[in-house]
Amino acid sequence: MGMNMTEKILARGAGRESVKPGDLLLAKVDFAMGHDLTIPPASKIMREQMGATRVWDPERLAVVQDHFQPAKDTASAALGKTTRDWARAMGIKWYFEVGDGGICHTVLPERGLVLPGELIVGADSHSCTYGALNNFATGVGSTDLACVLSLGELWFRVPETLKFVYHNRLSEWVEAKDLILAVIGHLTVDGARSKAMEHTGEALKHIDMEGRLTMTNMAIEAGAKNGIMEYDEVTEAFLKGIAKRPYTPVSSDPDAAYEKVFEFDAEKVELSVAKPMSPDAYAPLSEVIGTKLDQVFIGSCTNSRIGDLRRAAAVLKGRRVHPHTRLLITPSSTETARMAEREGLIRIFYDAGASWTVSTCGACLGGHMGVLGEGETCLSTTNRNFPGRMGHPKALVYLSNPVVAAASAVAGEIIHPAEIMKRAPVAV
Amino acid sequence: MTAERGLVLRGNSWKFGDNVDTDQIIPARYAIYSMDEKVLGEHAMEDVPDNAGWSKKVLAGDILVAGSNFGCGSSREIAPVAIRAAGISAVIADSFARIFFRNAINIGYPILQCPQAAEAVRQGDQLEIDLEEGIIKNLTQGDEYRADAFPEFMTELIHMGGLAPWVRKRLAEKEAARSR
Repeated sequence: MGMNMTEKILARGAGRESVKPGDLLLAKVDFAMGHDLTIPPASKIMREQMGATRVWDPERLAVVQDHFQPAKDTASAALGKTTRDWARAMGIKWYFEVGDGGICHTVLPERGLVLPGELIVGADSHSCTYGALNNFATGVGSTDLACVLSLGELWFRVPETLKFVYHNRLSEWVEAKDLILAVIGHLTVDGARSKAMEHTGEALKHIDMEGRLTMTNMAIEAGAKNGIMEYDEVTEAFLKGIAKRPYTPVSSDPDAAYEKVFEFDAEKVELSVAKPMSPDAYAPLSEVIGTKLDQVFIGSCTNSRIGDLRRAAAVLKGRRVHPHTRLLITPSSTETARMAEREGLIRIFYDAGASWTVSTCGACLGGHMGVLGEGETCLSTTNRNFPGRMGHPKALVYLSNPVVAAASAVAGEIIHPAEIMKRAPVAV
Repeated sequence: MTAERGLVLRGNSWKFGDNVDTDQIIPARYAIYSMDEKVLGEHAMEDVPDNAGWSKKVLAGDILVAGSNFGCGSSREIAPVAIRAAGISAVIADSFARIFFRNAINIGYPILQCPQAAEAVRQGDQLEIDLEEGIIKNLTQGDEYRADAFPEFMTELIHMGGLAPWVRKRLAEKEAARSR
């Protein structure tokens, strides 16, 4: 029996010829990540409970100041300082200060730090994002991260794998986000619990690396351990000139085993939303048209990369955000912000009446810079909308792609972007 | 708290539904107090709809009983930490989300996967858990449920008190091997 990509990477990490679902392994980790919320507890556990005085390999760890940074108050400033001081003391090579990096799950791929064939863990649930680059990447807690920091290895249970085959191509306006929302709606937030999601098929050939990262980013919203994709020309082109280490791609054997195979006709996927208050509360956009919005948020590791911002800007150019609605745009990384500046996108956003922020996780987790109040409704390009996620537990959050978000900000209510594009831009 | 051999826990149950995520268990706005367990305990389960003030009602030793996919969402290890700090001695669920499951095992916090108990236990039932045997007794209903068995390695971790003592031991072994 052959192995699939996830199994091959775990087998290599554990130094085994083969593995099967259910096996418990101790495996070597190729790269790890922690941020301002997870490094403080992990470094303390490592020092005080594990007795380790140094990091197993300071060149194989990224530390990113993103969740509550720039610090919103003295408590978050203390976390930022602990993270900063520790990273310096340990000689961490890939330390990203405020104004340098941005959101961890955008920074690591764009700096070529997470590579095909690798076994990667991050102390953040959306670490599964990296799997679009043909690696095994999963989120862990602080004690798990402390174990990796101390030893460079961690225990894993080999997951069962669900295979997804996407036929044909996405239709006009429909994006990778709509596809993954449809998949999660089908699976439910429990449907891939502890399993691997392997995405394949013709439709992916036409989805760029940003869209692929959006899809693997949301594996955790179906409860999955990881999301993974095949290595192809798109992967190769994305990594050309930026990969920080040599790498070896993996592919699934023709006779690899899967717990279940799901087939989707990408062409039939509609513009989608997740309704309040769960990522699996799927609805086609048509069902929620006209929902009034207090806030629209374009941000996060899911959907605020440069392509997302370009498509949002194309809708906002020469148009104004509705007077009853506020639009917040948070670039996914400092590099994204720099490109947006060069391309004149930031001017378009300001002219539209949008607010443009520093790159941070910020509003996505109800942290700062855009927290929702009781009874407010928000359309967000983020990944998660459980009660309280973006602020008050009685705030309502819809999830969508960034073009629907931009168009809906103009309308002041949820709308199909084609409707906005029909309206003539106002004179600027 | 570590799950020592032979330890029996006794407390009243607090029932919760399916897919209770970490944002409801301990909202991110309290993540900045992640090094302060007392604060975390005070806000545990606060964003579960209509559950504000819950931790004040918990008596030390009480047992949380939830539905499926308990602890889904973020990777924050402060989720089991907050529940523990609120006074809950163990969590029983139909099933656990993967990162919550790992985090609980890693910090040596007792969790039991038991669909039968998740279904049958009612709010306020008095429960007694034999952790070694994985037996949950419902003293109120006069019933008994058996939790799913953990793989051997996880049982070892639980007995050691979590992942940290295991890492400490392994570091020492590596050090000894180096100096030989």
